Amino acid sequence: MAEVGEVIDIYIMGRHYQVPEGLTIIQALEYAGYKLIRGVGCRAGFCGACATIYNNKNDPQLRYALACQTVVEPEMYLVQLPFFPAGKAFYDLEEIKPSGEVILNLYPDIVKCLGCNSCTKSCPQDLEVMECMSDALRGDIAAVSIKSFDCVMCGLCAARCPQGLVPYNIALLCRRLYGRYLSLPSKHLQDKIEEIAAGEFDSELEELKNMSEDKLRQRYKERTIEPP
Amino acid sequence: MYPTEMEKSIAKLEATRERRLKETFPRLSLDEIESFLERFHPDFWAEGTRQLRVGPNKGDRAPKELADLLEGKSYIDPEQIDLGKLDYDVDVLVIGGGGAGASAALLAQENGASTLLVTKLRLGDANTVGAQAGTQAADRPDDSPAIHYLDTMGGGGFHNIPELVEVLVKDAPLVIKWLESLGVNWDKEPDGSMHELPGGGTSRNRMHAARDYTGLEEMRVLRDEIRNRELNVLEFSPAVELLLDSNGRVAGAILLNLETNELSVVRAKAVILATGGSGRLHYQGFPTTNHYGATGDGLVLAYRVGAKLIFMDTMQYHPTGVAYPRQILGQLVTEKVRTLGAQLVNTDGEQFINPLETRDIVAACIIRECQERQKGVVTSNGQCGVWLDSPMIDIIRGRGTIARELPAMVRQFTRFDIDITHKPILVYPTLHYQNGGIRIDASGATGIPGLFAAGECEGGVHGRNRLIGNSTLDIFVFGRRAGKAAAQWGKGVKLGSLSLEHVRRWQEETARAGLSSRPASPRLLPDYTRHEQTLASLAT
Repeated sequence: MAEVGEVIDIYIMGRHYQVPEGLTIIQALEYAGYKLIRGVGCRAGFCGACATIYNNKNDPQLRYALACQTVVEPEMYLVQLPFFPAGKAFYDLEEIKPSGEVILNLYPDIVKCLGCNSCTKSCPQDLEVMECMSDALRGDIAAVSIKSFDCVMCGLCAARCPQGLVPYNIALLCRRLYGRYLSLPSKHLQDKIEEIAAGEFDSELEELKNMSEDKLRQRYKERTIEPP
Repeated sequence: MYPTEMEKSIAKLEATRERRLKETFPRLSLDEIESFLERFHPDFWAEGTRQLRVGPNKGDRAPKELADLLEGKSYIDPEQIDLGKLDYDVDVLVIGGGGAGASAALLAQENGASTLLVTKLRLGDANTVGAQAGTQAADRPDDSPAIHYLDTMGGGGFHNIPELVEVLVKDAPLVIKWLESLGVNWDKEPDGSMHELPGGGTSRNRMHAARDYTGLEEMRVLRDEIRNRELNVLEFSPAVELLLDSNGRVAGAILLNLETNELSVVRAKAVILATGGSGRLHYQGFPTTNHYGATGDGLVLAYRVGAKLIFMDTMQYHPTGVAYPRQILGQLVTEKVRTLGAQLVNTDGEQFINPLETRDIVAACIIRECQERQKGVVTSNGQCGVWLDSPMIDIIRGRGTIARELPAMVRQFTRFDIDITHKPILVYPTLHYQNGGIRIDASGATGIPGLFAAGECEGGVHGRNRLIGNSTLDIFVFGRRAGKAAAQWGKGVKLGSLSLEHVRRWQEETARAGLSSRPASPRLLPDYTRHEQTLASLAT
């Protein structure tokens, strides 16, 4: 990986700039003078705001990246994709069931998938997007949920799909269905909620709230710590 | 890939690992903690803070960068703005689109209020998405809200407001259940019970997580739910000033369209500030884990209408920010790496602090290790750090643990050719969390009629130092409470005419205090651009 010291040539929306080696794409945009409003978010790889499409002068193959996590390369031609008019189905999670039929009703375009794999190629998180679509079509909600978990919803897959599918919204629907209906219930959670509502901890909390700081410090020191 | 120099230190770390696997570094006494904090924690670096010269917290200390903004002048000239034409007229206005804002908007709507959520960037662009390790809740038989209360108070230095902590810990299991009912995927054991891990300063293992994507998972779901319920959302529309009515109640806000520079006027019977943190002000010159928009805007807006802030002189520096490679300097290395078993190790391969102490003391001791004890690792561009021995995790908990529990961390470092299952991570403290903020009560109400606050921008519940997992609890507990309280408040309110009286009063107060050449505030966005000669710089 290159160290700072050299400058390299990059092209931001076709315009040539020279920036130091070793910057991320976002840092390079800012170095070139762009004060970003769109195309920037968490700056840490979690939010998908900085979806970027690029190729190189010597290699026209389109590539995809999150600008905050990708180092600029010499002769990079880049553009950000800060928004895309992707469709979204509206639903009430309480009114639907975790089935392939429900997914199909909400996202009927899913049957149009050509299997071209453009979505997978465009994913900056290296997810198996096309597999998720065929899993969803088969109603394998658990598989979609596992495979799509790292999705930051950047929108690149929807932008590149020639059939207008919106894989990131389909996957989100599957994950919500899994969490709501297919994840095993946690009985201890319900028990505790009921105990709290019945006031079982009220007097202990009242005592702690009114305790002097000295006594509270003592109580804190005396805590037993559960082994990890 | 690590450079050769750093590999030499890694070799020492690998040589001591077998011994260290059996070692537990002793916990510090409360006296030792206080001493190290005073000597090494950035809160105590006096040049970084100053006293506020005007306003509800006059005389209190705050970081210089924040103090300048709190004392700043409004963008709006009350003589020039026309408040006659309303662009939006609602029961509840939520300012901020992260976890707290989203929860507040959903609950306000559920409680019958016409609701508008406005946000500076996109819905969901907030510190929430970067939160990784999880959300605390005392929901197991051998745990209780009372123990959670005690942990929280101790972590906060016993300065926390008791009623707020009580509400936090009692609502916690409800929040876990609420999020699950919306479709959040909590990590579970094969029998369906929650997979719960320890955290720094917690005496029970009660961290609920979704791999190390907890905040992203929570935010993705809430954002989708807001869209499903067709809640009104305006993106790229930060509030630049609050509005009052003729009775001194908060009655709305003026919004700025960041892309067109148009101003719009929102009238609202209640306003909820959910504007998050202020890490992009880079206190004490630290890098930050915070998102691009974390500039403390809500603090400025609240301060100007007379709301009191609390604990503004303390910030949380997450002990483990990325120290190498420099492209991701300051980004979060989740505390979960430590809760899973990784130790903090100096350049000689030795531990120097128990990794599960609270964040303030761990941060202070890493700074001490680098500065006073000179046992940090220094990279080629002068950044000092210590090792976080991540490969220990798979040794302790079985091969594949890191891949299963820390996929985001694995991915982040793989992009830079570092395999954290085999090599340690270089870390150094990074500015992470605003411990204090706008003082609220248990319903999320501030002292100003009609003004509520929720999430990182409010203060009191965490005392002077927040525990892991209590922020992604705070945002939902107080987001929900503020949403409900604001909706109920709005039902009883008939607003007078809109005014910017507070801006006039502020102009007078700051003039009397002899303040001049203050920046306009709120900051809105940081400026990382590098300019050599611009039109603006030529204008005089």
